Amino acid sequence: MPDNETVTDLGLDEYKYDFVTDEKPLFKAEKGLSEELVRQISAHKDEPEWMLEFRLKALETFYSKPMPNWGGDLSTLNLDEIYFYLKPQDHMERSWDDVPENIKQTFERLGIPEAERKILAGVGAQFESEMVYHSLKKEWEEQGIIFESIEDGLRKYPELFREHFATIVPPQDNKYAALNSAVWSGGSFVCIPAGVKVEIPLQAYFRVNAEQMGQFERTLIICEEGSQAHYIEGCTAPVYTTESFHSGVIEIVVKKNARFRYTTIQNWSNNMYNLVTQRAMVHENANMEWVDGNLGSKLTMKYPSCYLVGERAHGEILSIAYAGDGQHQDTGGKVVHAAPNTTSQIVSKSISKGTGRSTYRGLCKVYDGAINSKSNVECDALLLNDTSRTDTYPYIEIDENQSSIGHEASVSKVGEEQLFYLMSRGLSEEQAMTMVVRGFIEPIAKELPLEYAIELNRLIELEMEGSVG
Amino acid sequence: MSEHLLEIRDLQARVADGGIEILRGVDLVIEPGEMHALMGPNGSGKSTLAKVIAGHPGYEVTGGDVLLDGKSVLDLEPDERSRSGLFLAFQYPAEIPGVSIANFLRTSLNARRSEEEGDLDVFAFQKLLNDKLGLLQVQPSFAARYVNDGFSGGEKKRNEILQMAMLEPSMAVMDETDSGLDIDALRIVSEGVSTLRGQDDRMGVLLITHYKRILGYLQPDQVHVMLNGRIAHSGGPELADQLEEMGYDWLHEPEPEPVG
Ligand SMILES: Nc1ncnc2c1ncn2[C@@H]1O[C@H](COP(=O)(O)OP(=O)(O)OP(=O)(O)O)[C@@H](O)[C@H]1O
Ligand SMILES: [Mg+2]
Repeated sequence: MPDNETVTDLGLDEYKYDFVTDEKPLFKAEKGLSEELVRQISAHKDEPEWMLEFRLKALETFYSKPMPNWGGDLSTLNLDEIYFYLKPQDHMERSWDDVPENIKQTFERLGIPEAERKILAGVGAQFESEMVYHSLKKEWEEQGIIFESIEDGLRKYPELFREHFATIVPPQDNKYAALNSAVWSGGSFVCIPAGVKVEIPLQAYFRVNAEQMGQFERTLIICEEGSQAHYIEGCTAPVYTTESFHSGVIEIVVKKNARFRYTTIQNWSNNMYNLVTQRAMVHENANMEWVDGNLGSKLTMKYPSCYLVGERAHGEILSIAYAGDGQHQDTGGKVVHAAPNTTSQIVSKSISKGTGRSTYRGLCKVYDGAINSKSNVECDALLLNDTSRTDTYPYIEIDENQSSIGHEASVSKVGEEQLFYLMSRGLSEEQAMTMVVRGFIEPIAKELPLEYAIELNRLIELEMEGSVG
Repeated sequence: MSEHLLEIRDLQARVADGGIEILRGVDLVIEPGEMHALMGPNGSGKSTLAKVIAGHPGYEVTGGDVLLDGKSVLDLEPDERSRSGLFLAFQYPAEIPGVSIANFLRTSLNARRSEEEGDLDVFAFQKLLNDKLGLLQVQPSFAARYVNDGFSGGEKKRNEILQMAMLEPSMAVMDETDSGLDIDALRIVSEGVSTLRGQDDRMGVLLITHYKRILGYLQPDQVHVMLNGRIAHSGGPELADQLEEMGYDWLHEPEPEPVG
């Protein structure tokens, strides 16, 4: 039963994403993008030559690719006004005591100390483009699990890193993957050794906290054969008046018989352009699940994907998008069946309020020879006002006859009968509306760890404030 | 003069935005502690009356008044009416997928508590819920289900009564709660309603029904018959027996008052 509400408040109350701490970045690059900047970033990170070359080549790719002419409106995004690299601290912190006070304050407002106390543990937090705090549970180290910042991953595990880096999302994949490849900074490097099962989720919190700052985190996760783990990442951003830009790349390899779940809840400030490429390569009999929650931002374009390349591989994408006034959530998922007996499922739920717009964009591709593949797509949109909007673009490409693809889409409005029913029991119209919305996302919220489900519900409540006139 | 619990005066209502007229002058008075039954053929306006009393936005009151404890409720929103003690058990309850009955009930109970009182303690709520589930002989797992989502007809009705038992209204309108209940459930629900009335001897009930079976359990003080948007006939419990035997044909609409 969804009794999340019975757990005591995590103190997210006063956090209505409108606070800024006064930490001083030690390094602040110039605004805008250039080859010089890319060289500086690489030098600053003391990277091997191959990485510098990779970045420079990616920059060329970025310049050569046209802006995507589909999805959301990017015309007001001005890359010359964005800082592509910031570095608040030179050193990685290992223990909580070493974390500077002002940063701690920020974390505290995000509820991270609670998470610590509850031994959710293993917190790697990204603050201003870089890891500043990184603690790993002892038992994980004993199990041989690697959970490092992406920079440390490259430094400490050069071969493993190079073997997988950019193999899942190559820079040529799309314009923003190319941009990320050129200027990436921050993110996690994770490797779960063969046969190791991690019970407690690995968590990374991060937070963008500098005006006009671009954040280009890069995460690489390797799940060796037969391993099992759950990685959680969540973030909120303070509100600023000028545009912000976030463009991450997440690459995951799930090897034979491994199981992996990647959970994100993102709640960006309303001026954020959020363009993320998340992709998993799923091998024989392996299982990959994306659980994705998108709130806030001006425009989000995000389509977690699973490439099912081994027989009996299974991929799942569960996503919730909430488009408030003036926001556009262009989200969905992509599944590629490239081996026999592969299965996939996409469940996407969106809520649009006021002038918000949500788009479901999905691709299901079945290659010739991927016999007995099964895919099921379900997307439900809930519109809260007459001004809200939703569109669905389900692309299906099937080259194999012996496969089955199901697609169901629904659009609903919060019904007058539902509201009347709830109000006749004493709920105000706003409470009634919030309750219908929470119920709508419940099938996905219940997949989240408790703290996240509470946070999500809290965010929805905040978003619903003033939703009725 | 002591106040009536519920007083309906010459109530006229139509479908909102200039739709058809349905209630054409309903008069009805229920005193504290009384139970009245409302019968009448399909489409005569019984559910419309129930929904107008509860404040459904789909209907527009064009004349008359509805008073609860002597105060007009027509300017109150449905939630305010609920918090004033009114309850409607729906003939066709809405489905709220993803929201558990327990969660819904807790929110409803908290909505009627003052700021000073604060939210109901989790344990107190659980105890109250268990008591009411016991009273109505419903499995505890029922409260974990999503509100009316995929419920059978009878389960929906039980859910309405569970809510009524939890919210303890001073005036309950039960719209065909007996329809769809099996024989045992009908007895259990009837006993539940009797228990609630026993706990609060001022509680009033307006019971809309087509069948006299439930009246056998609940013994109404008065029986009314609605025909074409008006109360056409009122009497004691024996009226229900007559209706069962003879149907509605022998009753005819009251003549409109002569215009002069
Ligand atoms: N929103 C509406 N729009 C149009 N007609 C309506 C509306 N609501 C009620 N009606 C009509 O008003 C009449 C009375 O309906 P109501 O539901 O009140 O009847 P009832 O007495 O409860 O019938 P039953 O015994 O079948 O439940 C019916 O003819 C119905 O079709
Ligand atoms: Mg009816």
